[in-house]
Amino acid sequence: MKENTQPKPVETTPDKKDVVKSDNIIELKNVCKVYDGKEAVKKSSLNIQKGEFVTLLGPSGCGKTTTLRMIAGFETPTSGRIYFNGEDITDTPPYLRKVNTVFQKYALFPHLNVFNNIAFGLKLQKVAMEPFVDKKGRTVTKFRKYTKEEIKRKVDAVLKMVDLEDYGHRNVASLSGGQQQRVAIARALVNEPEVLLLDEPLGALDLKMRKDMQIELKNMHRRLGITFIYVTHDQEEALTMSDKVVVMRNGEIQQIATPEQIYDEPANAFVADFIGESNILSGVMLEDYKVEFCDTVFECVDKGFKKKEPIDVIIRPEDFKIVKPDSKDALLTAVVDSCVFKGDHYQITVIANDNELIVNDTLAQKKGDTIGLYIKPFDLHIMRKARIINELKTEMVSEGLVNICGGQFECNSDLPQGTKVLVKVDFDDVEVTDDAEDGKIAGVVINSIYKGNYYQCIIKTDDQYDFFVDTDDDWLKGDRVGINIAKDKIIVEKLEEEVSDEKEEKNEEN
Amino acid sequence: MKKIKPFFLSKKVFGYPYVLFMLIFVIMPLVLILVNAFLDTDGYLTLENFKTFFTEKSSLVVLGNSLLVGLITTVICLLIGYPVAYILSKYSSGKILVLLFILPMWVNFLIRTLATKAVFVAMGVELGMGTVIFGMVYNYLPFMILPLHTVISSIDKSYIEAAEDLGADKSNVFLKTILPLSVSGIISGITMVFIPTISTYAISQLLSNGTIFLFGDSIQMKFEQGLYGVGSIMSIVMLIFVLISNFLMNKFSNNMQRRTIW
Repeated sequence: MKENTQPKPVETTPDKKDVVKSDNIIELKNVCKVYDGKEAVKKSSLNIQKGEFVTLLGPSGCGKTTTLRMIAGFETPTSGRIYFNGEDITDTPPYLRKVNTVFQKYALFPHLNVFNNIAFGLKLQKVAMEPFVDKKGRTVTKFRKYTKEEIKRKVDAVLKMVDLEDYGHRNVASLSGGQQQRVAIARALVNEPEVLLLDEPLGALDLKMRKDMQIELKNMHRRLGITFIYVTHDQEEALTMSDKVVVMRNGEIQQIATPEQIYDEPANAFVADFIGESNILSGVMLEDYKVEFCDTVFECVDKGFKKKEPIDVIIRPEDFKIVKPDSKDALLTAVVDSCVFKGDHYQITVIANDNELIVNDTLAQKKGDTIGLYIKPFDLHIMRKARIINELKTEMVSEGLVNICGGQFECNSDLPQGTKVLVKVDFDDVEVTDDAEDGKIAGVVINSIYKGNYYQCIIKTDDQYDFFVDTDDDWLKGDRVGINIAKDKIIVEKLEEEVSDEKEEKNEEN
Repeated sequence: MKKIKPFFLSKKVFGYPYVLFMLIFVIMPLVLILVNAFLDTDGYLTLENFKTFFTEKSSLVVLGNSLLVGLITTVICLLIGYPVAYILSKYSSGKILVLLFILPMWVNFLIRTLATKAVFVAMGVELGMGTVIFGMVYNYLPFMILPLHTVISSIDKSYIEAAEDLGADKSNVFLKTILPLSVSGIISGITMVFIPTISTYAISQLLSNGTIFLFGDSIQMKFEQGLYGVGSIMSIVMLIFVLISNFLMNKFSNNMQRRTIW
């Protein structure tokens, strides 16, 4: 790989206007895509450098495929611009873009054999001939099509590259999934694109084949030196293959960083939870370099938080070191709850001051034993909480009755009807019911993260407000549940008359 | 006591009515035609009917005419039907258009043809070959559109995207993916139009004031005149043509799947 392909650390959107000439082969600027009133991709900006292997990673429906399709030209952004080598290609049709796509289900033409599938693009291409000077003294460049021999040479070369040398005459339907995959890659690569787009290309393959193809794709990337943009929901695939990972969720980019950074320094609890196993705990930042969680005070390397600011702490299971409980390194003592062999390590679940932690170690531990845990200050990843209390602006329905997301809730407030109020509800005061009918209002669980001794889930109500809820149960993502709030737990504050335009902000907070 | 197998439980029973139907209305007429072909008017075995048909110049001309009309109708139907089917599958607003094409099918074809004739007469158009072909196209166009529409709208969008991705502009996308992928629809459309048109009758008589005789018309006439033998021979000849065209279509569509068009 070329030296300059090494990605920079965490990227921020450059707002400078003069960055047109740069190493960026593809730039998305505030790109937004709306389908039927729903935002599939929210104002996203992304720079991709020449020769990079960039992966768009996220759960299904996070907008990663839509982003890729906008780069390919199959979708036009609702707003925002896309640049290719500094040139605006937002309105360029796909056939004029110098990118090629490997489709999720390959999309090999069933009426053509392998050779003709691969030759499809070549037969359409026009190549510039030697410029010559015509009778009137003008320099003219004529275009011609590839000759049959040239096409055959190119197709044979690319077939050799994907190890399908003798398959040219074969019908595509007679190939196995892995072979079809190779043909799809060959069909895209034979056109020598500057950027290759891959839309979950390995999704349909079995595990073994997928691993092999991962290595092969990576090798191809190294050999060809072109830019790969890869879409996947498999975090392991993303981390092993990419130079740069873009984590997306609900149409928003959560983090852009190298795989190591994504893993070690996730930008938020979602990224941490999505990228592999991790312990996510609620804590309090006492002062600079001092954090408290699990009823214990730890040293850390973070600063700049407010005093006593509630934060989330993320610890990777393999960053714990098991020591003797009476050792002076034992920052935390814990009781082993279970120990499971995972092939190359043991996954040990321990209970430390009522918090459940997952620890990975190469040595087995006996259930019920007390162990000591050591964590390097560097391995404590501290993140600001997205929110510490549910807060929403609404109005009174009548005395003692307040409107929350379309439901009427009893509360201890005698403000008259129509008064604009700010309602606050603590995370653990929101009651979730299994049946949407049992709740005053209903919503869909969009996220659930285990935080040591409780789950924090986010429930999106029908009018798009995200309720943060701390519960003892793990609610299934995508389930529709009901929400109840006890009368005493609703804090109502009267608002002055400046509500209208701030409401937007509240919704965007998440 | 003897165990009685419930009558309704045996699945075979449901097939009997169809077998009976086939025997009476499909096999028997065919056998009758075949037998009639070898009988003269007095009921004696003869080969005279064949001689009559194949030496009579007029009946061969009629056959040629029928094939020609069938061919022209099919080509026109294809030329009109394909763009229509394509537009229908591409735009949701095409539903109204499809209704307009299907609507005439709800009217009995004789009434429809008589109405067409009345329109032509009122407009002062001379009835002849042109009006006959118009009537044919008008009657059989839906049979071309429907199979084409089904096939074109079932083409996976990803093929079109893949073609665009590989550098095909709109016309190349059409010529190199949509057209070859809709060949099966074209073939069944042709089959559904060509075969009925070569055997149709009444349309030609009505729309040409009886001046143009097609094969179907002359079979009808032979039977009306009591010439069952010659009529049967003509029916068999037509059957053979239908079988040949069917065979060719099948062969063509099989080849299509294996070979490339370009």
